[in-house]
Amino acid sequence: MNAWTNIRAIVKRELGGYFSSPVAYVFLVIFLLLTGFFTFTIGNFFERGEASLVSFFTWHPWLYLFLVPAVGMRLWSEERRLGTLELLLTMPVTTAQAIVGKFVASWIFLALALALTFPVWITVNILGSPDNGVIFAGYIGSLLLAGSYLAIASMTSAMTRNQVVSFIVSVMICLFLILAGFTPVTDLLVRWASPWFVDVVASFSVMTHFDSFQRGVIELRDVAFFGSLIGFALFATGVIIRSLRAG
Amino acid sequence: MIRVENLVKAFGAKRAVNDVSFAVERGEVLGFLGPNGAGKSTTMRIITGFYPPTSGRVTVGGFDVAEDPIPAKRLIGYLPENAPGYADMTVHGFLGFAADLRGLTGDAKKKAVHKAVETCSLEGVLYQTIDTLSKGYKHRTCLAQSIVHDPDVLILDEPTDGLDPNQKHEARSLIRRMGANKAIVFSTHILEEVEETCTRVIIIDRGSVVANGTPAELKGRSEMAGAVRVTVAGVAGTAVADRLGAMPGAARAEPLEDAGGRSTVRVYPKTRGAAFTAAVAQAAQAAGWQVEALITEEGRLDDVFRAITLPDTVKRGHGLSA
Repeated sequence: MNAWTNIRAIVKRELGGYFSSPVAYVFLVIFLLLTGFFTFTIGNFFERGEASLVSFFTWHPWLYLFLVPAVGMRLWSEERRLGTLELLLTMPVTTAQAIVGKFVASWIFLALALALTFPVWITVNILGSPDNGVIFAGYIGSLLLAGSYLAIASMTSAMTRNQVVSFIVSVMICLFLILAGFTPVTDLLVRWASPWFVDVVASFSVMTHFDSFQRGVIELRDVAFFGSLIGFALFATGVIIRSLRAG
Repeated sequence: MIRVENLVKAFGAKRAVNDVSFAVERGEVLGFLGPNGAGKSTTMRIITGFYPPTSGRVTVGGFDVAEDPIPAKRLIGYLPENAPGYADMTVHGFLGFAADLRGLTGDAKKKAVHKAVETCSLEGVLYQTIDTLSKGYKHRTCLAQSIVHDPDVLILDEPTDGLDPNQKHEARSLIRRMGANKAIVFSTHILEEVEETCTRVIIIDRGSVVANGTPAELKGRSEMAGAVRVTVAGVAGTAVADRLGAMPGAARAEPLEDAGGRSTVRVYPKTRGAAFTAAVAQAAQAAGWQVEALITEEGRLDDVFRAITLPDTVKRGHGLSA
């Protein structure tokens, strides 16, 4: 089908773009170093004495907070800066195909980064006998979380031709999505807001939904949460791009 | 192939394009002229489907660009202003990407890329990334991208901008060649380019079409068109001008040059026609001058261009300083 060949061509170009510049390698190295550092040093992986990857996954929302917007910030602002947006959107592709293609390419890249953390999984399997189902659920959750941040970065990237602005705005939005369900913040909210309100706010948080994946539960409503977050942010990207062209 | 009807594009309160209509058929090369900011690029962006029009309609090959964009875009090759390209891609990769999006695969893709590379003479830089290219090569790479699928319609926004004189010449002959079986619209600032390549010219100023015709027709609108330039040896320019200016058919005569014992004078007719040239020749003969040259002026496109667009530009200039 035509839509698929278009999306595939865009994915191929984007991925090629990552690996033809040092960006991809720098990102992969930093990502792996940081996950290692957080897991083993700050997360006290060994001192915990349990065969699980909790200390690994706990840090992902915070790690992604900075790393994913760094990957996503160039998605559209670079196109706007170079003027290639005009080229891309006058090709026989729809805006939706372009948005999905670019998003999927970056998501594949993040999935690759996540896959390269496999030594942690091997380590925990050598040292003990963890529940690999829980670990699998954790990886799925982590990937969905990364996708959500990425979709938000895609949206902020379409807003501006300045990558730094795009980065900062998406970090702020992602930070909000973390903090809405972060225990210290919800504790603060409880003091003056009614419990149902706190629950509503917390249900918008990626933390609430990410937590259940870490416990090994893949629930439809959590998947639906991340799915609709991605869907919404990509839709908003489309709206922003359309308004750019409408002038 | 291209039909533009009552096109309007507003950015806020400003109308960048104001009620523009024209049509381009296969085999035509339409030159798009106008001062900077006249609305040339905006019009081209609407034709290629990048901007939706505020009102009016554009159809390409019968498809409405706003309502049925994909089939319309398939017919179009587009070179945007400043020839953008993905900085980190090689020329080969970039053209391959364009071919992919044009639905070309396998052998057809290889052939199409090869042909575009050949047409735009890019063999030497095929595996260089675009950000390392000189401006001329960058331009040609983007041009190659626009013709990779051999489109029926070509929209070229300043295709010769940034090229050296040789490359400009090549680009023009390429456009002329391709114009034989495509509908081409290209914008430019260079008037001689229009005379050399276009079958028709549109001058656009402040969003509106102010002239539309063949280059010859437009040149005919020049004040100079039909005037006769005479070069005479051994007579002072003022004397020649006085005598010819007094001819019954002459509006006025002005001395242009008076050096090295020969003078050149231009005589403007009251009504244009071959008879006026003959009358000037007769008058010169009757005066017993030694005529070295006698040329009927065709008129100059830049005169017409300035006559049409300059008053407004001047007004705008005053507006700015006020």
